[in-house]
Amino acid sequence: MRVGVFICHCGSNIAGTVDVARVAAEARKIPGVAFATNYMYTCSEPGQDEIKAAIKRENLDRIVVAACSPRMHENTFRKTIQKAGLNKYFLEMANIREHIAWIGNDKELNTEKAIDAVSMAIAKVMQNKPLHATSFKINKRVLVIGGGVAGMQAALDCADGGLDVVLVEKSPAVGGIMARLDKTFPTIDCSICILGPKMVDVGQHEKIKLFAYSEIEEIKGYIGNYQIKIRKKATYVDWEKCTGCGLCMEKCPSKNSYDYFNFGVAPTKAINIPFPQAIPKKAKIDPNYCRQFLKGKCGVCAKICPTGAINYEMKDEIVTEEVGAIVVATGYGLLDQNILTEYGGTRYPDVISGIQYERLLNASGPTSGHIERPSDHTEPKTIVFVSCAGSRDKSIGVPYCSGFCCMYIAKQAILTKDHIPDSQSYVFYMDIRSPGKGYDEFTRRAQEEYGAQYIRGRVSKIYPKGKKMIVRGADTLLGTQVEIEADLVVLATAAIAAEGAAEMAEKLHISYDTFGFYVESHPKLRPVETNTSGVFLAGACQGPKDIPSSVGQGSAAAAKVLSLFSRDMLESDPAIAQVNTNACVGCLKCLKTCPFQAIVEDTLRSGKKVAKVIETVCAGCGVCTSTCPCGAIQLQHFTDNQLLSEVSAICQM
Amino acid sequence: MSDVGTKELRIVGFLCNWCSYGGADTAGVGRFKQPTDLRIIRVPCSGRVDPLFVVRALLTGADGVLVSGCHPRDCHYSEGNYYARRRLEMLRRLLQFMGIDEKRFHYTWVSASEGQKWQQVVTDFTKQVHELGPLHDKKEKAD
Amino acid sequence: MAEKKYAYYSGCSQETSSKEYDISLRAVMKALDVELVEPEGWSCCGSTPAHTVNHVLAAALAARNLALVEKMNMPVLTTPCPSCLTAFKEANHRMENDSFKKDVNSLLDNPYNGTVDAKSSLQIIYEDIGLETIASKVKYVFTELKVAPYYGCIMNRPPALAKFDDPENPIAMDKILSALGLNVCDFAFKTECCGAGYGYTKKDMMKELTYKVLDMARDAGANCIAVACPVCQMNLDLNQKEINKDRGSDFNMPVIYFTQLMGLAFGCSPKELAIKKLIVNPDKLLKNRMLKSETDKGQDKEKLKASA
Repeated sequence: MRVGVFICHCGSNIAGTVDVARVAAEARKIPGVAFATNYMYTCSEPGQDEIKAAIKRENLDRIVVAACSPRMHENTFRKTIQKAGLNKYFLEMANIREHIAWIGNDKELNTEKAIDAVSMAIAKVMQNKPLHATSFKINKRVLVIGGGVAGMQAALDCADGGLDVVLVEKSPAVGGIMARLDKTFPTIDCSICILGPKMVDVGQHEKIKLFAYSEIEEIKGYIGNYQIKIRKKATYVDWEKCTGCGLCMEKCPSKNSYDYFNFGVAPTKAINIPFPQAIPKKAKIDPNYCRQFLKGKCGVCAKICPTGAINYEMKDEIVTEEVGAIVVATGYGLLDQNILTEYGGTRYPDVISGIQYERLLNASGPTSGHIERPSDHTEPKTIVFVSCAGSRDKSIGVPYCSGFCCMYIAKQAILTKDHIPDSQSYVFYMDIRSPGKGYDEFTRRAQEEYGAQYIRGRVSKIYPKGKKMIVRGADTLLGTQVEIEADLVVLATAAIAAEGAAEMAEKLHISYDTFGFYVESHPKLRPVETNTSGVFLAGACQGPKDIPSSVGQGSAAAAKVLSLFSRDMLESDPAIAQVNTNACVGCLKCLKTCPFQAIVEDTLRSGKKVAKVIETVCAGCGVCTSTCPCGAIQLQHFTDNQLLSEVSAICQM
Repeated sequence: MSDVGTKELRIVGFLCNWCSYGGADTAGVGRFKQPTDLRIIRVPCSGRVDPLFVVRALLTGADGVLVSGCHPRDCHYSEGNYYARRRLEMLRRLLQFMGIDEKRFHYTWVSASEGQKWQQVVTDFTKQVHELGPLHDKKEKAD
Repeated sequence: MAEKKYAYYSGCSQETSSKEYDISLRAVMKALDVELVEPEGWSCCGSTPAHTVNHVLAAALAARNLALVEKMNMPVLTTPCPSCLTAFKEANHRMENDSFKKDVNSLLDNPYNGTVDAKSSLQIIYEDIGLETIASKVKYVFTELKVAPYYGCIMNRPPALAKFDDPENPIAMDKILSALGLNVCDFAFKTECCGAGYGYTKKDMMKELTYKVLDMARDAGANCIAVACPVCQMNLDLNQKEINKDRGSDFNMPVIYFTQLMGLAFGCSPKELAIKKLIVNPDKLLKNRMLKSETDKGQDKEKLKASA
């Protein structure tokens, strides 16, 4: 066996705190090592060429690269040695950057640790076996979860690229948060005017199968071959028959239903179409408010519906779809205002959230675009905007910036002046965060052209006095306390993870951070991929985002799906479990523990019962290997021998 | 840099590829300084960790063993960490019958985004093992 | 035997300027069948001056008392005074640090091990006794009273230490007063500073802050304020005349301990609750009282009317 060892300097990243030359020298002393060297940037083209050349020149058959994390460059170097004619599983990496060089300053100790890491990799690589991938067919359909602007963009791009798309949206209509906005920054475009056509495209595209008011029940399978169970929630209206005429909504006597679309700014009817431009434009009954459900009698909608679409007996329905890739675009949620007790929570009707104000500004909103105070329906003259209402506040668990609030506050201040010319807006801010094309200019316009008064400081308390709301805050630039008598207060409540984000991540087997936002594969270089191949991210489910970024990610995710599907076959990872039928005693404990039902019972010609692994289903976790009492089933590339050789490399007494 | 001050001890860590190995990477990227005693072995899943690996390490020279996987319910393979939790909890209770202080063994859950938590886990466990001192009378490493 | 038993620390204010808080609390607890046991030989909690000078000394003053309670084998110490409460809670918190604990215990004859939990009497009444029991003890309902519940600045702060109710919008006293059948106003200044800390040094500022609290109470429709802090009570009660003189206002708003209101509702006499000790006389507001059974009937009648 002739092992080649390559120690990377990574510029000064590794060489700064690890004596790389000494690591190479020590490696040379290990039996089996035929060649060891250190190199400035092993991942660079000349660095990779050096590996290829050394394989030929020194007749190497196993390679160890001591560099960054294998999560970063394992694939890079696997391809390198493959090009030089070696099986790609004859590579091991020692992570001497993230796990050593970057976490300690003592060069002596780091170097010792790096030598150990390299010894372990050498011990393991000498146990490695060549593995060969098999290929399997891809199902070229894609599932998009979430019908906000990011999900719609991904769905449309995929569909335009010729893929069959299954789009699942949990609310009754697509459009997401953007469909609720009045105008968009920094152009003051009408939001629904630019989104509406996209929504129509989604509804009419022959390649897009839209499941509105539906949720993901279960996800099974793996990249290329997923089985998805979708729960179509009962709407109590047969959408095949519903024409969206709206007669039912007009006549419905239950007038006090919570209006989810308008964030509760005003009540709606128990049977409703969420908004005039809704796609699909179909009615739905809210059984929490419908008299038929609460009292067992009413039936007005059933009587009035011209097509007889109402069906009070409707039940949820589960449908199954098969796809090959998944785009997750489940968006974000907003902080519950009730937590902000210093601002009265939701005790004061004239303290509302930014999205509620957006609905008041909107011409198709509950007030037809007339700004009025929820308490007495009068027109407010003094409006105070409070940015960072929850954001950048460790004490409530939101230490991050919500990103888009500074911009929408500036927009709302501008629109307020347009709606009510004799009004005065005040904006309390911590910092104005407006990095984006035309963004900073926009916040300046709000101040300079529209006269919004920006006060740098936080608001400590909001309380009522007579008909006014008193907003008390600090003006840190003047070093004084200020109190403003406002008619209406708008809180820029923090953007948080969407409701149910964690449960969704668990169904998808993708990671999420402390706040519930999904974790991308690499924060810089793989922004829409996840660590689960075949699952991609788009939009604010990954972190708060404004519209352009969400649309960009939607398209990016679609591009990733299209490039994945540009092949007909995918290679399976051969690092899966394998049964040694001589050693197997047929106890089938592995069958019971396998999380993927990838193990079945098999009978050999001799009549002996043994376990058998279904190669395409095995995901390579290795639970079976640690279960097997006789070591008969071994996860390839992580066999008992391979892992114990690593232990032995560092635990010699 | 061992902030414990005394001579380094030998600590072996088994980390699952998807969460904890990533968490250790995240800690590195964030330059969260840690004691240097730990040597990391990457496994696909904490469910792949055979309790005998831990025993083998402790019997042949390790002074402490750390196993870390994905948080319960967040396993890349759905339920591998549940198997790990049962096996390792059983192991923890058995160690004293082998004459090994159970404090030399620790299992925990660290996600790929929890760099700071990883720093804490490594620092705390290293300190704990140093308080117990070496498990074996080690010969000086032969050069 | 009493149903519940607590170690009880009244604190210096309740021995002197706000005797009526202590008297009324004891009367209420008796009515609720709760036994209060005073640790023998208790001393200053270390609240106001000590902690601004030396944390170890301040904690030692508090810990001396906590150690007495520990010796009595009682897990909870209750005090009506939020300032004493903070001193105890802070001592407990700081002594979680071993070296700090060692420093403190080196000053004490009997070391304190940190096993006693300090809770305000308000918390005990709200959480341990509960609204249902309180409501069941109510004999009289005072129909004239419109109460603004005022908690003061430190009863629920800092939240990480207080671990009780909301720091910005507490509701425990609101609920207790409602359980007494009283008319409780939605009061926005429940936790605003009353200015007592500047009572001597910056009188103008104190009066400004006190004025705001009184003014807001009146705005909220209240004709009296219920309090849970002896210093707030004194400050709000004592200064109304002077504020009226300065500002030409006409405040005459009784500032009553919530325990006194409880006692009155339970049927204790004003004398038993030391109502006379209050500066602004509440007698006029307390004149109209109804038997609870009658108010129940009245409500029933109204309900009947409404359904008809």
